[in-house]
Amino acid sequence: MRQNDLILQTVTKVAAFVILLFAVAIFLGGHYSPGGGFVGGLMTSAAIVLLLLAFDIKTVTGILPIDYKLMIGSGLFISSLTVAGGLFFGVPLMTHVYHYVDLPLLGHISLHTAVLFDLGVYLVVVGVTMTIIQTIGESE
Amino acid sequence: MSLLHWAVLSPFLLALIVPILYKLFRQIHTGWFVLILPILLFTYFSRFISLTKQGDIIMERATWIPSLGIHVDFYIDGLGLLFALLITGIGSLVVLYSIFYLSKEKEKLNQFYVFLLLFMGAMLGVVLSDNLIVLYSFWEFTSLSSFLLIGYWNERERSRYGAQKSLLITVLGGLSMLGGIILLTVMGNTFSIRELIAQSGELMDHSLFTPALLLVLLGAFTKSAQFPFHIWLPDAMEAPTPVSAYLHSATMVKAGIYLVARLSPVFAESGLWFWLVSIAGLITLFWGSFSAIKQTDLKGILAFSTISQLGLIMSLLGLGAAALHYESLGENIYLAATVAAVFHLINHATFKGSLFMVAGIIDHETGTRDIRKLGGLMQLMPITFTVAVIGAFSMAGLPPFNGFLSKEMFLASMVNVLELNIFNMETWGGLFPVVAWVASVFTFIYSMIVVLKPFTGKLQLQLLEKKPHEAPIGMLISPIILASLVIVFGIFPNLLSSSIIKPAVAGIQPSLAGPDFQVHIAFWHGFQPEVWMTIGIIAFGILLYKTLPKWQKITQWIPERISLNAFYDNGVRGLERSASFVMKVLMTGSIRTYLLSIFLFFILSLGFTLYWKDAFKLDTGNFARISIYELVLASIIVIGSIAILFARSRLTSIIILGAVGYTISLFFVLLRAPDLALTQLVIETISVSLFLLCFFHLPLMASRKEERMTFKLNNALISIGVGVIVTLIALSAHSNKLFDSISNYYLENAYKEAGGKNVVNVILVDFRGLDTMFEISVLSIAALGIFAMIKLRLTGGKDKS
Repeated sequence: MRQNDLILQTVTKVAAFVILLFAVAIFLGGHYSPGGGFVGGLMTSAAIVLLLLAFDIKTVTGILPIDYKLMIGSGLFISSLTVAGGLFFGVPLMTHVYHYVDLPLLGHISLHTAVLFDLGVYLVVVGVTMTIIQTIGESE
Repeated sequence: MSLLHWAVLSPFLLALIVPILYKLFRQIHTGWFVLILPILLFTYFSRFISLTKQGDIIMERATWIPSLGIHVDFYIDGLGLLFALLITGIGSLVVLYSIFYLSKEKEKLNQFYVFLLLFMGAMLGVVLSDNLIVLYSFWEFTSLSSFLLIGYWNERERSRYGAQKSLLITVLGGLSMLGGIILLTVMGNTFSIRELIAQSGELMDHSLFTPALLLVLLGAFTKSAQFPFHIWLPDAMEAPTPVSAYLHSATMVKAGIYLVARLSPVFAESGLWFWLVSIAGLITLFWGSFSAIKQTDLKGILAFSTISQLGLIMSLLGLGAAALHYESLGENIYLAATVAAVFHLINHATFKGSLFMVAGIIDHETGTRDIRKLGGLMQLMPITFTVAVIGAFSMAGLPPFNGFLSKEMFLASMVNVLELNIFNMETWGGLFPVVAWVASVFTFIYSMIVVLKPFTGKLQLQLLEKKPHEAPIGMLISPIILASLVIVFGIFPNLLSSSIIKPAVAGIQPSLAGPDFQVHIAFWHGFQPEVWMTIGIIAFGILLYKTLPKWQKITQWIPERISLNAFYDNGVRGLERSASFVMKVLMTGSIRTYLLSIFLFFILSLGFTLYWKDAFKLDTGNFARISIYELVLASIIVIGSIAILFARSRLTSIIILGAVGYTISLFFVLLRAPDLALTQLVIETISVSLFLLCFFHLPLMASRKEERMTFKLNNALISIGVGVIVTLIALSAHSNKLFDSISNYYLENAYKEAGGKNVVNVILVDFRGLDTMFEISVLSIAALGIFAMIKLRLTGGKDKS
C-alpha cells in the first residue's frame, strides 16, 4: 500500500541535510558547548531514520551505501587507538593532549585528541543505531 | 614500558598483523612471517643468561592500576628465564614444523597463527610476571588461547569436545587460583610475588595460609593435568600436532609446574605442601604411565606419557621442599630433587617435543596414528625412525640420552627420601621409591610401544590411507634439532648446569642457593641404588613388553562407566540439564514474565536493603522550591503515564510514551542540563521510530477485558511497589549526604586539566573515558547480537554446517 507522501519526501530532502549539518556541528563543538559524539551520533542517525521513513530502505542504501557494522568496528578501533595512544608516549592510558592553533577562516581554535576519541563514539553510535534499525526494518 | 614489556607484548602485536599478512601474501606460507618473532625473542632472552648466571635479577615496571598496587612488573630470574627460553625456543621449532605440517591451501592459517601467537604471548606473561593479578590474567589467557587451538578444527565434534573439556577444567582451576591469590594478598598485603616471598615466614602462621595453599595448588594441578584433573589432556590431542607438541609437552601444561616452583618459597616450608605436591605428583606419574599402555592412538600414548612425566616433575618439586628444613648446603641431599626437577623439565621438553613431531609425521605420511594399523615403517622412514628411537629411549631413561640422567636423579631422590625424618615420613615414606620404580617400568614399556609398534614388525599397506614415505626435509629439521639436543645434553650434562639449571634452582629455593651452591650432574656415579633400579626397570620392562598381549587386559579393569571421564561427562550433562530446566522456567518467551521477575527482584532486594540498613531518611530542609513550570510538567508526565494504561491501541500508547519522554527532556531544560535534554530528545525520536518499525512484528494487543481481575491487581501492586521504592530511594539519596558532591571537582578541573568547557563531555571523553570506551563496546555487542539474531531467524535458524 504505497501512500503519497510527497510533502514528507520534499521536506525530508531539506530537513535531513540541516539535521546532518547540525549533528556535525554539535559533535565538533561538544567539548565547549552542549553536544559531543553521543548526541551527534544519535542526531545523525535521526536524520537517516527520517530518510528511511520518507523513502524506503532500498533508496536510502542507494544514497548512503554504508555498511554500518563496519562503521561500528572502525569506531571502536579509533577509540581504542586513542585510549592506547598514551602507551606510546610513556604516559597513562587515555591521557589526552590539546593545543590551540590559529587557522584561516576558523580562527583561534583548539585541536584536541579527545575529539578523536569522540569520533569513535560518534561512529559507534551511528553504527549501532542504524544496524539495529536497518536489520529490524529489513526483516519486514 | 621497557624493552622487556615490548618483548612480551610483541606476540600480541604480531597477532594483529597476521590476518593482514595472510591476505596480502597468499602465496607465502604465513608461518614464515610468524617464525621470525620467536627466533628474535629467543635471541633476546638468551642475552640474559649471563646476567642470571651471576644471580642478577632484571626487573621492569609499567604502572597499570597504581591505586590497587597492580603493576605490570616483569622480572627475569633464573626460573623465569628458563621458561621464557623454552617457550620461545620450542616455539620457533614448532612454528617451523607447522609450516610444513599445515597446508596453506586447505587450512585457515590466519586463525591458527593468531591463536598460537596469543598463546605464546600469554605464556611469556605468565612466567615473567611478578604481580599475581597480572600473572592470573595471562594464565587465563593461556586457557582461552589453548581452547581456540584445541578446537582449531572446529568442524570436528571431538575437537569441540576436547576444547570445551580443557577449558572447563583449567578455568575452574584458574578461578580457584584467583581465590588463592586474593587470600595471599589479604595475608601479605601485596600482589608482588617477591614481596610475598620476603615475608614467607609470617605467612606460615596466618589462619588463611592453608586455604590459600589449597586453592593455589588446585589451579596448578588442573593446569598441569595432575590426577584426577588429567582427563582433559588426552582429549586435547584433537588439536593439530604442532599445537600438541607446543602446548601439551613444552609449555602450557608446564604453567602449573612453573606456578608450584615459583610459589615454593612461599609455601614449601609447610608439611602440607610437601605431602600434597609430592603425592599428587606420584599418583599422576603412576596413573599416567599405567594408562598410557592401553592406548592405541600414538598421540594418546604420548598424552598419557606427558601426564606421567608432569607428575614426575611435580613429585620432585614436592620432595625438594624437604630441603628447606636442613640448614647446611653441602650435605643437603634433598636439594638434588629440585635440581632433578629442573633438569627433567628441560629434557622432557626436548624428547617429548621431538616425539610429538614424529607422531605428527607418521600421521601426515600414513594417514593414521593407530598403532594397530602401523608397523614396519623403519625402512621407509629411516630419519624419522632415528629421531623416534632417540626420543623414546631418552623417555625410557636409557643411556646415553638426557632422560637417563634425570631419571637416575629422580630415582636417587626417591631413595633419599627414606632418610627423611620430618613430616611423619617414617610411616608412608617407604612407598615413594616403590611407586616411582613401578611407574618407571611402565614408562619403559610405553616408550618401547611408541618406537617399536609403528616402526618394526610387518608393514600392512592395505590398512594405511596413504603410501608412506620419508617426510619432507623441512618437517624433519625441528625434530632433528630436538633429538640432537637430547644427545648433547645426555653426553655433556653440565653444559647447562651453571648457566641455566643453577639459576633456575636458585629461583625455586632462594634461601638455600647461596654463592657456594653448585650444580654438578655426573654421568656415572658408581653402583648406587638408582643404578640397580634402572637395571631392574630395563629387565622387567623388556619382560613385560614381550608378554604385553597376555596381561594387557588388566589395564581395562576399570569399566568405562565409572571412570573419571564418565564422571566428567555426567557432570556436564547434569549441568546442561539443570540449566535448560531453569531456562524453561524463566525464559518463557513472554516479556511479561521477564518484567515480572525483574521488578519483583527489584522491589524485594532494594526494599529489603533499605529496611535492613535503616537507610530511609527524609530531610526536607534542603529541598528546592517547586516552580509552577515544574508542577505543570510533572502533572503532564503523571497524566500521560496514566493515560498509557487506558490506551486502546498500540499506536496511542507509543505516542503518549513519546510525549512523556519529551516532557522529561523539557524538565532537563528547566534544570539547566542542555546536554541531557538534547540526548533525551533525540533518543525519544529514535526510539519512537524504532517502535514504529517493530509494529509490524507485534501481535495484536490483547483485549483488556479478557484479563482476569487478580492479574490486573498483581500488576498494579508491582508497579506501585516499584514506584514507591524508587521514590523512597530518591528521597533518601537526596537526604543522605555522606560525602561532598564530586561535581565541584569536575567543575574546577574540567578546563584546567582537560581543556574543555562542557563538563559533561569532558567527563565522558576524558575523566571517565574508559567507561565510555566500554559502554560503546557493550553497545556494539548488543547491535551485533540483534543483527545476528534477526538474520538467523530470517534464514530459518538453519546453520550452514
